[in-house]
Amino acid sequence: MTAKARQRPRREVRLPFTAEMLPHDEPELLAAYRRAAWETYQRLPMPHRKMEAWRRTDIRGLRGENLRLPRENEFRSLPPVPEALTQPLVDREHGGQILLLPGGHERRMQADLAAQGVIFTDLRTAAAEHPDLLKQVLGKVVPAEDGKFAALAAAFSQNGVFVYVPRGVQVEAPLHSLAWGPGVGLAHIDHIVIWLDEGASLTYVHESASPDEDGQTLHAGLVEILLGNAAHLHFVELQSWGRHVWNFTHERAHLGRDASIEWIFGSLGSRLTKSFTQVRLAEAGSSARVSGFYFADGKQHLDHDTRQDHLAPHTTSDLLYKGALKDYSRSVWRGMIFVSPEAQKTDGYQANRNLMLSDTARADSIPGLEIKANDVRCTHGATIGKVDPEQMFYLRSRGIPAPDAERLIVEGFFDPIMQRIPFEGVRGRFSRAIHEKMG
Amino acid sequence: MSELVIRNLHVNVEGKEILKGLNLTLPQGEVHAIMGPNGTGKSTLAYTLMGHPKYEVTEGEVIFKGQNILELSPEERAHLGIFLAFQYPVAIPGVTLANFLRAAINAKRKAINPDDEGISVAEFRKLLMEKMRLLKMDPSFAGRYLNDGFSGGEKKRAEILQMAMLEPEIAILDETDSGLDIDALRIVSEGVNALRGPDLGVLVITHYQRILRYIKPDKVHIMMDGRIVESGGPELAEHLEEHGYDWLRERIAA
Ligand SMILES: Nc1ncnc2c1ncn2[C@@H]1O[C@H](COP(=O)(O)OP(=O)(O)OP(=O)(O)O)[C@@H](O)[C@H]1O
Ligand SMILES: [Mg+2]
Repeated sequence: MTAKARQRPRREVRLPFTAEMLPHDEPELLAAYRRAAWETYQRLPMPHRKMEAWRRTDIRGLRGENLRLPRENEFRSLPPVPEALTQPLVDREHGGQILLLPGGHERRMQADLAAQGVIFTDLRTAAAEHPDLLKQVLGKVVPAEDGKFAALAAAFSQNGVFVYVPRGVQVEAPLHSLAWGPGVGLAHIDHIVIWLDEGASLTYVHESASPDEDGQTLHAGLVEILLGNAAHLHFVELQSWGRHVWNFTHERAHLGRDASIEWIFGSLGSRLTKSFTQVRLAEAGSSARVSGFYFADGKQHLDHDTRQDHLAPHTTSDLLYKGALKDYSRSVWRGMIFVSPEAQKTDGYQANRNLMLSDTARADSIPGLEIKANDVRCTHGATIGKVDPEQMFYLRSRGIPAPDAERLIVEGFFDPIMQRIPFEGVRGRFSRAIHEKMG
Repeated sequence: MSELVIRNLHVNVEGKEILKGLNLTLPQGEVHAIMGPNGTGKSTLAYTLMGHPKYEVTEGEVIFKGQNILELSPEERAHLGIFLAFQYPVAIPGVTLANFLRAAINAKRKAINPDDEGISVAEFRKLLMEKMRLLKMDPSFAGRYLNDGFSGGEKKRAEILQMAMLEPEIAILDETDSGLDIDALRIVSEGVNALRGPDLGVLVITHYQRILRYIKPDKVHIMMDGRIVESGGPELAEHLEEHGYDWLRERIAA
């Protein structure tokens, strides 16, 4: 063992954030929100392995004290957004696009959407121009108290998006945001707020990406989704951070009566990810389908925490996470279906399936049920399997070389998830990632 | 034209010797049948010829086109023209029959010519539909996951479809007739017959003479306890159907 490997990790991650680093000159709504979040941030302990949610994810390798927030317009001196990432992922024209960049953002939107009353803008503009709307959602769906990184993102988000779709408006062309986070030693922090008013519908694609670099970079993010009665959101998220990014997110959708969400969650990049993804079925008749896919390789560590809260009768949730693991990578999935006493006639499902492509990778799969009502149907499943050698032989006997045979089997493994993604572009991006990761 | 020559083949499975010095020559252009009691090693022979890693060759050689194919990987054997229709084809969920077949065809083309760009989608579809018609398969099978939820007979038909698409030079059919109803047996046999020609050698492993009425063999071999113990013409299969294996067992014991 080398001297370096013997060094004991420090007891706790240190982050450099101070009150002086809070954004200046913001509308009072935002400023007040940040002050409160900053208080919370200081009060909450840094996550450590004695906390249940962090037992399997050790963040002590993050040298946080070296991080800083990007300077105003810093993106101008960093690698630009690759053209391919700004192309529509859902094979139609974007209705609007916001690029969240280090120290800035760019936005465009079709004029007819504005005419329909759709708001799609950065957080600061929203606070200045639509404070009465924003204040009904901001911090209401994901409170800063949810965790250290939730509070961090609330207090320091340099970038953000506010989406509002008025009552009854069906937005045809999807909206797209891309968090582009190049640079080393930076803390990229963003906050997405989506509110669909009663009967509204929208497809929203949020991507995060950066090139692979040496060193470390932090991303902390919040996603707050509020769905009014009978609103419908198709939400596609694709995480392709560089291999040096330590990624922490808190995301939650709050659903009103008969509202529904179709949530697709792809996780491919980052050095380490810890995500909290939650649906709150707050009112009767609401339903959520959550489809996650991940593929870890190298030394990646992907930890996805999911929660399905059934808080009202006749609510439905269906969650499926499928992941492949290669090399020395590691994944954790921890799921929870919670059913409150009043949530009778709940139908809840959660499943996690892992395909191990090396003996040195590791997957932990921990389903959970907490059911306080008696007339419900809740099921879960968790599996960890390997590529079947008989399948390999069958494919090879037809002339398909071993690496291609394995890739076919992996693609087949993910196919049930791909079938749930109606967007060619998203499927294409993922199958290219499989190709790359399988070498 | 070449022939597949098996010389003194000894094979162990999990430490136990199953093939005990098997000799057989199958020229391209001919159809040979192998019959023999359960557990004799017929599937072991088939798997060994295809290169299944579980089957350990301890002695002998198998020559095709001047090469000892036992030294080749399964995919290299396939590229050389060897094909096995499995007795028990495995299911591969998530991979459609069409995608799989296209990958297989392209792999072979690439092995022959590294610059090959692969079969075009249109050309592939045309070929697939033509072969599916030949085997009276519903076109919807192309979009189904490979062998996943296929009935026994559908699996066998899909094996012959693969054979028709991949155009092998030596095809080993391991009990392709079992599990087929009478109509399916006829359709599958006609499918095989349509592929017969000077460049195709077929080894039909079967328990029943039934299939041999449709696919007329040039030779019939009887296998017992890991060896070929008797060879003859088609009349040998009829004799077996009538008299069973006891006369052979007695002769071997004597
Ligand atoms: N993968 C394996 N693992 C363990 N034993 C095996 C394996 N394959 C074959 N055997 C054994 O080898 C012997 C020969 O089996 P094989 O399947 O080759 O017989 P067969 O002639 O094809 O029989 P059948 O007519 O029933 O299909 C049997 O005793 C069988 O149990
Ligand atoms: Mg057999």
